[in-house]
Amino acid sequence: MKVLSNFVDWIDARFPLTKVWNEHLAQYYAPKNFNFWYFFGSLAMLVLVMQILTGIFLTMNYKPSATEAFSSVEYIMRDVNWGWLMRYMHSTGASAFFIVIYLHMFRGLLYGSYRQPRELLWIFGMLLYVALMAEAFMGYLLPWGQMSYWGAQVIISLFSAIPGIGEALSEWIRGDFVIADATLNRFFAFHVIAVPLILVALVFVHIVALHAVGSNNPDGIEIKKNKDANGIPLDGIPFHPYYSVKDIVGVIVFLILFSAVVFFLPEMDGWFLEKDNFIPADPLKTPEHIVPLWYFTPFYAILRAVPSKFGGVMAMGGAIVVLFLLPWLDRSPVKSIRYKGMLYKGILTVFILSFLALGYLGTQPATPILTNFARVFSIIYFLFFLLMPFYTKMDRTKPVPDRVTK
Amino acid sequence: MKKIIIALVALALPVMAIASGGAHLDKADIDLSNKGSLQNGAKMYVNYCLGCHSLKYMSYARMGKDLGLPDELVQENLMFTGKKIGEYMTISMPAANAEKWFGVTPPDLSVIARSRGADWIYTYLRNFYVDDSRPFGVNNRVFESVGMPHVLSQLEGLKKPVYTTEKDEYGTDRQVLTGYEYITEGSMTPAEYDRQVRDLVNFLVYTGEPAKLVRYDLGIKVILFLLFFLIIAYLLKKEYWKDIH
Repeated sequence: MKVLSNFVDWIDARFPLTKVWNEHLAQYYAPKNFNFWYFFGSLAMLVLVMQILTGIFLTMNYKPSATEAFSSVEYIMRDVNWGWLMRYMHSTGASAFFIVIYLHMFRGLLYGSYRQPRELLWIFGMLLYVALMAEAFMGYLLPWGQMSYWGAQVIISLFSAIPGIGEALSEWIRGDFVIADATLNRFFAFHVIAVPLILVALVFVHIVALHAVGSNNPDGIEIKKNKDANGIPLDGIPFHPYYSVKDIVGVIVFLILFSAVVFFLPEMDGWFLEKDNFIPADPLKTPEHIVPLWYFTPFYAILRAVPSKFGGVMAMGGAIVVLFLLPWLDRSPVKSIRYKGMLYKGILTVFILSFLALGYLGTQPATPILTNFARVFSIIYFLFFLLMPFYTKMDRTKPVPDRVTK
Repeated sequence: MKKIIIALVALALPVMAIASGGAHLDKADIDLSNKGSLQNGAKMYVNYCLGCHSLKYMSYARMGKDLGLPDELVQENLMFTGKKIGEYMTISMPAANAEKWFGVTPPDLSVIARSRGADWIYTYLRNFYVDDSRPFGVNNRVFESVGMPHVLSQLEGLKKPVYTTEKDEYGTDRQVLTGYEYITEGSMTPAEYDRQVRDLVNFLVYTGEPAKLVRYDLGIKVILFLLFFLIIAYLLKKEYWKDIH
C-alpha cells in the first residue's frame, strides 16, 4: 500500500492525476435527483468506445475499394473469427448511438438543460450530433451495397442544388462524376480517422463544459446556489461512487437490449441493415425506393416536403441549425417541464409527434398525399422553434422550489 | 379530437395500401437446426444451381464443417470439379458469355436469402409456368420475365397458368393468375417438390449468414450472463445509495 501511495505521489508531482480524479469523479458533485433520462450521457460514451473498438477490428479486414469492399465485408462475416460479431456490434451500434443521442437530446429539451449557463454545453452537443451524422453517413457507404451507393448518390447530389458552385462542389466531394472508388476511399478516411478524432475532441470539450457549469437536473434548479459550510452543494452527491455504480446498472440494461438485437435481430427487419444493401453496388441499376437509414428520415422528409430542390436543402439544413438556437429561443422563466404550464406541454407533445411522423414519412415513397402530410409536419417542426420565444413567455408556469425534489 | 382521428386514419390508409402491395408470398417455414434439411439443400444446390450461380463467399470446407459433413464426403458427393476442399464455391462459366446466353449474368447467390428473403425464394421456385413467348418457354409469377429457365422442371413437371377474370378497384375486368394446371408430370409429387425447395431455401438462408447457426445460442448465454451481472450491479447500487435521501 505504501508503495502504491508513493507511486501516486510520484505521479502527482508530475501530472495532476489525483486532482483530475477528484475534480471530475470523486469530488464532482452531481444533483442527487437524476432519473431515467440521465443514463444516456454515459451510454453515449459507452457506444462511442464500442464503435471505436469494433471499428478497429473491422478495419483490419475491410478493403476500401469499389471492387473489393462488398466481398471483404462478406469475408468478415464468414471467414474472420468473430468477424460477424464485430460487424453486427458496429452496425447495431450505429443505430444504438442515434437512439441514445436522440433520447439524450430529448432529456435536454424536457428539463431545459440548454438554458443559461449551459448554452455552450448544448452547442458542443449539437456539434457532436452533426459530426455523428457525418460519421454515420460516410460509414454507411463502406459496405458498398445498393443502398450504400444510391443513398450516398442522392445525398451528395443535394449539394449540386446550390446555385452556381453546386455541380462543381458535389463533384469535388465525390472526386468523380458519380459515386466511385475515389469517393469510397475518401469516405473511409473520414470515417475511420477524421470524424472520429473530431468526435473524441468534442466529447472532451462537452464534458469539460459540463463539469465547469455542473449538471442540470429534472427540477431545473441550480444546486450550486445551496451550499454547505464546506462549499459542497447540499443537493449534490459525488459522481463517484454514487453515479458510477448507478450508471453501471444502466449500462447492463442497455447491453441486454443491445445484445438482444445483435444476436437475434441484427437486421432489425430492415431498419438497421437494409435488404437492398445485400446486393452489391451497381451504378447502372437504381433501386426502386431509395431511403436513408431511420435516423436521417425526419430530415429527409423535410427535404422532400419542399417543392424546389435548393429550398429543400435549405429547409433540411435549417431544421438542424434551428436546434443550435434553442438556448436563446426558450424565454420561459423556468427550465424544467415539471414547472412549465399546459401550453408548453401541449406544444412539446405536438412537436414530438410531428418529429416521429416526419421520421416515418421519410421512409415512405413520396406520394402526393404523404408529401402533403410531410409539409404539415415540417411546418409544425419549424413553428415549434420559431414561436418558442412567444409561447414560452405566455405559458403559465408553476413556482420552482429552492431545493431539488425526489 | 375527431378531426385528429380522421387525419390519423387518412394517414394510415395509403400506408396500408403500400404494405399490401406486391405478389403474395408463401411461408418458407425453414428450420436451420435441421442438419438433414441443410445437407439435402446443399445437394440440391450443387446439382441444380451451382452450374450457373456461384456461392463465391462460401468455401466447401466451411460448408462441410457447418453441415456436419466430413471433407471426404463433401469431395465425393458435393464437388464435381477438380477443386480443393478449401476453395470457394465459384463457377467456371464466363460472365460475358452468360450474359449473352441468358440476357443477364446469373447472380452470385451467397447472400440472396438476405436481399430477397426466404419466403420470396420459396415462392419463386414454385411459381414457374409455361409461357411460349419467353426464350426458355417459362415465366414466373413473382419475377415477371425472368431470364432463368425452370431448372427444376424435371422434378416438378411443367404447369400452365389458369387465369380468371376479376374486377379491379376501378371496376374494369382484369385477368388474374389464380392457379396452375400440370401439363407434364415431374418425378416428384407437389408435396415432395415443396419439401425439396424448402431444403434448398434452408441451405440458402444458411449460406446467406453462416453465423446464424451459432449466434442464437451464444446470444442466450450472453444475455443470461448480463442478467446475472445486473443483479450484482443493482445490489451494489442499492448498497451505495442507502445513505442518500
